Amino acid sequence: MKYIAEYRDGETAQQYLTAIKNITTRPWNIMEVCGGQTHTIVRFGIADLLPADIHLVHGPGCPVCITPLEMIDKAIEISSLPDVIFCSFGDMLRVPGSTQDLQSVRAQGGDVRCIYSPLDCLKIARDNPDKHIVFFAVGFETTAPGNAMLVYQAAQEELNNLSVLVSHVLVPPAIQTIMSSPQNRVQGFLAAGHVCAIMGTQEYTPLAQQYRVPIVVTGFEPLDILQGLYLCIKQLEEGHAQVDNQYARAVTEQGNTAAQNLITQVFRVTSRKWRGIGDIPQSGLSLSQQYARFDAEQRFGMAADTPVEEPKECISGLILQGLKKPSQCPAFGKTCTPEHPLGATMVSGEGTCAAYFKYST
Amino acid sequence: MCLAIPGEILSIHGDTALERTGIIRFGSITKAANIALVPEATLGDYVLIHAGIAISIVQPKEAERLFDFLDAIKLDATKKAESCKTATSSGEAES
Repeated sequence: MKYIAEYRDGETAQQYLTAIKNITTRPWNIMEVCGGQTHTIVRFGIADLLPADIHLVHGPGCPVCITPLEMIDKAIEISSLPDVIFCSFGDMLRVPGSTQDLQSVRAQGGDVRCIYSPLDCLKIARDNPDKHIVFFAVGFETTAPGNAMLVYQAAQEELNNLSVLVSHVLVPPAIQTIMSSPQNRVQGFLAAGHVCAIMGTQEYTPLAQQYRVPIVVTGFEPLDILQGLYLCIKQLEEGHAQVDNQYARAVTEQGNTAAQNLITQVFRVTSRKWRGIGDIPQSGLSLSQQYARFDAEQRFGMAADTPVEEPKECISGLILQGLKKPSQCPAFGKTCTPEHPLGATMVSGEGTCAAYFKYST
Repeated sequence: MCLAIPGEILSIHGDTALERTGIIRFGSITKAANIALVPEATLGDYVLIHAGIAISIVQPKEAERLFDFLDAIKLDATKKAESCKTATSSGEAES
């Protein structure tokens, strides 16, 4: 496929690897933010091809992984109600809550549907006026415009049998949390290309300046990752700390302003809990006052979050912050597998532990 | 979850701005996607589709830069090597 095949060319990859080796003079720790990038790195064995001094640290950019258990439990509670059609992206169905997952609800007779696009919910709502349709709106900035469009169109059509269970998160506050940690060892970032396709590169400039850290907005194919690493290492070696845009074929400085306007209209910024990490101020989105009537938590009278304890042996919080690798977890591949995940980073195919399990075992 | 795939716009439909829909070709597969958020996209453009919604138009000239950049690195490395060689030989001549 055009714009994919050429970015997987082995000979060009080898040339980029040589270029990286030529400029690397000392050890550097670089975090790729997005789970999609982690997937590419592990799948194509990129970490093993780099100079030994380059350490890749896998970041928290998998929205499935960081959706808190409490929110999964709310999804399970709502989807178990009669007359509810619960719609979700497929990768949320197998994420275990504290007692079961959405797939189990479906097996027990609940109407849980896997959808391709949030906009699919509009047709389901129109076709089922006697049912209540709930969409599980999770994701980073990449997914927010589509979810906002669903709510906006539902309001336009006065579809009162539709609501959304919102668990949206934002990338820049997570970078701030990582950089502010006394244990931080990240010296450079590959920022998430598709998040920046929406938000642009502009909101990363203050972060690069504040923390004196290079941030390279990077794509998802192997050559994207290698060029992103080259640009990041070059900045580190030369003592620079600025924002570079490796993924300029899809990302501009301003981003997609139509999408940003829709997000701003439908959502407001709020604090969110990140599974494995904890509360991060101003790190998520909730429905704005104007669209609050579409909030499934309000509509179904969900109680405030009751904290749910994570399994003690799981170190996913440390993995999400780049402080540990899956191989350092005693449960990895033993009591914790994709079939029976213990924590955040094993629950989704994009999670670091799941990627290591799939491609390393 | 933030996966987005590039596809070519084969045709455009839809009555309202928010319903603007493209028939998108991904290799041998075609599928409809909402293209309301890339209003400047036209037939033949490649757009990045995420969860059935176009989020960005692929810029062909920028897409070439990754390969041009590699040529620039090689040229830079050659120049540096030549400059080192010159410095070494002039150093040898001086000593």
